[in-house]
Formats: sequence, structure tokens, C-alpha cells
Amino acid sequence: MHWIFESGFFSSHPVHVALFVGSLVAVVSAVVGVFTVMRGQSFAGHSLADVSTAGGSGAFLVNVNPLLGFVAGGVVGAGAMEMMGVRRARGRDLATGIVLGAAIGLAALFLYLGTTRSSTTGASQQILFGSIFEIDGSTVAIVAVFSVVCLVIMAAVQRPLLLSSVSTDMAAARGVPVRLVGLLYMLALALAVGLSSLAIGAILSTALLIGPAAVALRLTKRIGRAIVAACLTGVVSVALGVLLAYDSYDWNSSHAAWPVSFFIVVLIFLAYLATELPFARAAAARRRDDDPMVPAHGDR
Amino acid sequence: MTPPIHPEDALRELLRVEGVSVTLAGRQILENVSFGLRAGEFTGLIGSNGSGKTTLLRVILGLQRADAGQVLVLGRPNTGRNRSIGYVPQKVLLDPDMPLRARDLVALGIDGHRFGFPLPSRQRRDAVEAMLHAVDAERFADARVGTLSGGEQQRVLIAHALIGRPQLLLLDEPLANLDLRSGQEVVSLLDRIADEQQIAVLLSAHEMNPLLPVIDRIVYLAGGRAASGTTDEVVRDEVLSALYGYEVHVHTLHGRILVVAGPTEDPATPPDASLKVI
Repeated sequence: MHWIFESGFFSSHPVHVALFVGSLVAVVSAVVGVFTVMRGQSFAGHSLADVSTAGGSGAFLVNVNPLLGFVAGGVVGAGAMEMMGVRRARGRDLATGIVLGAAIGLAALFLYLGTTRSSTTGASQQILFGSIFEIDGSTVAIVAVFSVVCLVIMAAVQRPLLLSSVSTDMAAARGVPVRLVGLLYMLALALAVGLSSLAIGAILSTALLIGPAAVALRLTKRIGRAIVAACLTGVVSVALGVLLAYDSYDWNSSHAAWPVSFFIVVLIFLAYLATELPFARAAAARRRDDDPMVPAHGDR
Repeated sequence: MTPPIHPEDALRELLRVEGVSVTLAGRQILENVSFGLRAGEFTGLIGSNGSGKTTLLRVILGLQRADAGQVLVLGRPNTGRNRSIGYVPQKVLLDPDMPLRARDLVALGIDGHRFGFPLPSRQRRDAVEAMLHAVDAERFADARVGTLSGGEQQRVLIAHALIGRPQLLLLDEPLANLDLRSGQEVVSLLDRIADEQQIAVLLSAHEMNPLLPVIDRIVYLAGGRAASGTTDEVVRDEVLSALYGYEVHVHTLHGRILVVAGPTEDPATPPDASLKVI
């Protein structure tokens, strides 16, 4: 693989930034994603991504850092969904669907206005499909702060969140402040979706949230290991995706690099497919089985 | 109807429900319900679907406010978040993909309400191991909870509820969806636990017969009202007729109890057509 080193992969500053931001975002998305998949809230995650698209494109229009727009949109969306959550699940699905439709409509308007004003098509590309090679220093700092906040929230609520994912009644009876834990988790989800939108684009951000978590949940029956496996899957997909996108610059004579989001999403999809392979399924089934030969010690 | 509370009774009583009434969405669910639970006793909370069993349990837990009356747990009003009550809710849906082993769910019973990271300790591990042994769940301790059978899941949920050393254990329809043998095993397990740990067990069910061999007392809910006492005191024509507000008859057949709505001697309709098994 001499061509990788020849093309200056390891000396490029945008690549360094992309790898740092991408890995951080992959870790945050994986940690939150495991709980999102476990709670069956993939749809909520996707809806938040749509609402944060409106926020990001609106921020772009008024010359504010799109990351702040992504996160602000996500937080507002999360708050709205949590308030709707009081009612029945079916009504919640319907309301979420209608709200996300309106959010995408708003994003379409903002992107149109942004494009006509600046007379470039870069806005749509950047908001919808990510801009991991064009992240400036101040944005890196914001990414780091948001990531730390998100990981601290998840570390704090992990046990009550797990318990209320099993049964809200059981958690409430044990004295878990179920509403507060749910709100904190939605805040973490909004942050993760916002960060993921920056890295691979608003409409693809769910892939980084759900994909690695789904892969991990097939591989292990313990939540600690599932989180580690999801982080590894996410980070490897992002790093490989960045490498392939960087390299794709030389793939044809016109020197048009392919979008990094494409590679990341495809790699996650391939990882998911791999867990569907017959031998992987058999291994997962074996792990699920009650096997008296497995030693009981070695708790995390 | 409510017997006066004697000080010595109140001392032995772990739970006292006193004149509890609940109205939800304009419908009266519970009306002046009173009863008590004592240490080491296994009590069946019997009533048909929609009779208010779950609401009553939620009031005891402090998850539902009563419009009138009060609940005393160990002699003190329950403010919710009470560590002395263990709870197994109705229909806990455990997804097979949830990365949670039986032993993890039991461990959550110790500190699942705490924020931050758990400190792995030998004491914590031993407590989980002992609890798994107590409910005879060691065999499937390392399997995902979602892949276990209904009866196995109930044992794990019971272990989760018991590991916090509660003095009261409430179970909401734990026998629903269990085959007869698993149901029997769960019932005899609870009977043993109530006796060994001297806790009060309150188990709700729509069918009283599987419980008859083990329960010490019964709380019968119908029409929002409750009657409590031993099975012989409660399951009688006049007591149940008063609860339902219409005539019912109690029949005993090979040791099984059948509660049947009347009138049975109405000549205008054939008896079979008007029979309603409750």
C-alpha cells in the first residue's frame, strides 16, 4: 500500500483534523447509539437528525457555525419530542413524523436561500453530506466540548437509563427520576446527532449513530462490551473512510475526490452485513445460548 | 367496614392501605379500599381485568396519587421511592437483542438507581450470586434475559426486586402468560421466600386457584371495592355479592373455586346461557 504514504496522507493537516474529529464523533455516536438501538428509538434519532438539518442550514444562512445550528436544532427537537412523549406511543410517532416533515421543508428553504445568496452549491453539500475535511480550529474546540459534555451525561445516567430501558415502572419504583433521566438522554442524543451531522452530514448522521451500535449488539451480550465494540466499529469505519476519500483524489485523472461520507456509510453497512453472514449469526446464537462451560466470573 | 387499627397490629403490619380512593379520567377505579399486610404472609390480590389491581399496586408504590385515603409503609406515609418495597411490574418486555445478562439485571436491583459508574466489588458480586441461587437462576445467569422463558424471566425479575432487601414484595400478574408448571414454580418460590425472609408478598392475579395452596390471605377487588381476610372469610356468596353489587355464587369443585354470577334459577332463560364465570 505504498500509494497511501506517497500521497501524503499522514502529513496533511486536514486529514489530521478529520481523523481527530471523526474518531471523537464516532465514539460519542457509538456510546449514545447503543442505548438508542436498545431503547428502540432509532426513529427518534433519525427525526432529530432532520430537525438538526433545519438548524444547521438556518445557521449557515445567518453566518453562524453550522455545528451550533445542528446542536440547537437537535436540542429543540429533543425537547419537543420529550414533551410529546407524555402521550401514547402511536400519537408520538405520528407527531414526530409530521414535525420532521416540516423540519425538512424548512431546511429546503434555508438551503435554497443560502445557495442563491452565496451563489454556490457548497451549502447543500456541506450541510447535508458533511464537511469533515473543512473543519476550522474553532469548530474543533466546539466539537471537543460537546463530545465531553455528551460523554459525561452518558456516564452519569448509564445505570438509571439502562434500568428504565428495561421497564420505566421498575425504574420509577426503585426511585429513578425517570423524566429527568429521559431528558438528559435526549440531550445527549441531540449532541451526538449534531456532531455526527458535522462529520458525515445531517441526512447521513443516523448511520453513524445506529450502524456501529447495531453491529455491536449482534456481537456481544454485555453492555460494556457492546459499547466498546460499537466505538471500535465507528472509529475504524471513519478512519478508513477518511483514508479512502483522501486516496480517491488520485483514482481518476480529473482529480475529483469522492465524498468521505459515502465511504464511511458504506463501511458501516458492510460491517452490518458481515454480522448477517451465516458464521457470524451462528456465533451470536452460540453466545446467546445458556452455556454452562462459560465461566461466571470476569464481570466488567 | 374498616376495622379499627390497634397499636400492636400496626406494629406487626408492614403495610396498611387505609380508605384509598382513586378516580382516573372521570372513572372511579378504587373506592375506599383498606387492608393490611404482615411480615411472612403471602397475600393474593384477586380481581378480573380492569378491576384496579395495577392502580392499587401503583398507589402503594407511590407512583399513583390517591384522591383519598393513605398508605402506610412500616407505619410511615409512603412518599414514593421507597427502598423497602420490591416491585415486579406487569408485562416487562425484554428484548432478545438487549445486551443484558440475567446477572446484570439482578445487579441493577442493587444500584440501578445510582448515577455514575458502579464500583466493582466482591461484595456486590457475591450478593448477586447468592440472589441467583435463592431464586434457582444460576443455570441461566449468563444468558441474555430476553432469550429466557417466561418463568425464567419472572425468577430473574423477582431476584432483581429482592436483592435490595425489601420488606414488601409486590408482583403484578406474574403468572399471566406462564404455563401451568412455571406458574406453580414461581408461586412456591414466592411462598418459600416470604417465609424464609419474613417479608410480605402481595401478588396480583385474575385467577385465584393457582394461589390457593399457598396464600395466607386474600384481597378481593371488584367494582372498585375490596374485601380482605382469609380465603374462607372473603370468598363467600354474601361478601362477593356485596362487592360486585349483584348476586354471585361461590362453587367449590375438587378444591377449585368457581365464582359464578346469578341469577341461576331464572326460569325464563336456560341456566347455561346466563352463567358468567368470573
